[in-house]
Amino acid sequence: MKYKSVFDIIGPMMMGPSSSHTAGAARIGRLARRLFNDKPDEVTITLYESFAQTYRGHCTDLALIGGLLDLDTYDSRIQDAYTLAGQQGMHITLSPSEESAEHPNTVRLQLRKKQKDGSPPWELEVLGISLGGGKIELIQLNEFPIRLTGDFPALLIFHEDRFGVIATVTGLLKKSHINIGYMEMSRKGKGSQALMILEMDQSLSPKVLGRIRGIPHVHQVCVFQGGL
Amino acid sequence: MSFQSVKELIEITKSAGIPLYEVMIQREMEHSGKGREEILGQMASYLEVMEEAVKKGLEGKGNSRSGLSGGDAKKVQDYVEKGKTLSGDEILEAVSKAMATNEVNACMGIIVATPTAGSCGVIPGALFSVRERWQLSRDKMVHFLFTAGAFGQVIANRAFISGAAGGCQAEVGSAAAMAAAALVEMAGGSPEQSAEGAAITLKNMLGLVCDPVAGLVEVPCVKRNAMGVSLALVSADLALAGVKSRIPCDEVIDTMYRIGRTMPSTLKETALGGLAVTPTAKKWAEQIKGDGPG
Repeated sequence: MKYKSVFDIIGPMMMGPSSSHTAGAARIGRLARRLFNDKPDEVTITLYESFAQTYRGHCTDLALIGGLLDLDTYDSRIQDAYTLAGQQGMHITLSPSEESAEHPNTVRLQLRKKQKDGSPPWELEVLGISLGGGKIELIQLNEFPIRLTGDFPALLIFHEDRFGVIATVTGLLKKSHINIGYMEMSRKGKGSQALMILEMDQSLSPKVLGRIRGIPHVHQVCVFQGGL
Repeated sequence: MSFQSVKELIEITKSAGIPLYEVMIQREMEHSGKGREEILGQMASYLEVMEEAVKKGLEGKGNSRSGLSGGDAKKVQDYVEKGKTLSGDEILEAVSKAMATNEVNACMGIIVATPTAGSCGVIPGALFSVRERWQLSRDKMVHFLFTAGAFGQVIANRAFISGAAGGCQAEVGSAAAMAAAALVEMAGGSPEQSAEGAAITLKNMLGLVCDPVAGLVEVPCVKRNAMGVSLALVSADLALAGVKSRIPCDEVIDTMYRIGRTMPSTLKETALGGLAVTPTAKKWAEQIKGDGPG
């Protein structure tokens, strides 16, 4: 069941004109921003299919940027998203693609932020789809296939494919009384890079998050605390 | 209290001895873990946004950025007030309120997607048109939205609710079916009659394509909402009169899904077919492209 809540049907409250092309787009942008956990200084937006054909009329570009600026679907400042992004030093490159995609409303977002200490820039690439009625899914993250709806708090852990990593993570969640509603694993190959995704019923405290970050073989942790 | 079909939804009302809206409220409590008051409160706040949009739209000020829509809701309202309507004041009250909401949406105003923004006029149009006649309390209006939501949830999970996925039949069609079901319940009909109302409505929306001019949620969307709400009212009346759909509601929903799957993508919100490629529409599209954002 994709639509579980009555508020997926009656709702969201939003700025017009389209729930899939405006509100859904804003939510995709916002979820990417939350996972990025920082303000990106460069974002490349690639639009596919219906998003590419009709983004102007539906203000899909404004909504995506609004989301990347962490605005709500009903925040009328979305109308000035380009200006706001400029003021906040977020450089946007937008291009409609002629390539086909599996879902009619698909967007690729590449977020990037230079690091002050000279380390490589922090980059995140997501592929998002807008299902209709404001409902969304991220279906790819840094080339890993995923399925993330933004309906629940979520934890994304990039780690080396070693035994015991999963048990250590779930053990820490157990100790903090956090229930896992959905869990998914994928890896690029045996013993290589892996991604663990957990949707949880509760949000994480900074302390637990710190401990998860400290687990051996864990490279990077993205967290979404809910409330999209 | 989960339901995958209208049949199951009706069975729950029987076994638990509760109305349709109550099934949806209890299902939401179960799913979200939130309390009853919080859930009712959220819906009540949406009701206020809907009311505000209707009010704003009926003032008839302002056109959309494209100039394709605006001011028609007020025209209809003024016409009703002259008292010489053909289709009856009640239907046109609903029509004008539906159009008002869609016009606000087209102007990037704040609305509630019911179930989508393109179809945001139908449900408030139906609800606010009967409010005064039936002297509906706030609670009852909130219940109306839960019943509409219950039918919408079945449709969304069995088929689709967006024009991009299934054409206008999935969008305004779903909204109209949801409105019909809720109208029947509000008028005192049985859950079975609500299902008949939804089925009759959706049957008459089957095959409707999504072909927005210049890709905007304006032409023909505003008027399709107008027709959607009038269809919902007439279908609700048929159901209350005891007329039954020979094809059960779930099978009509599945038919809508089948038709949507086989509908060419040019007719699913891409603005590459239907009314969107008429000479006049192309002219509009060219003109708007020049002024467009980004």
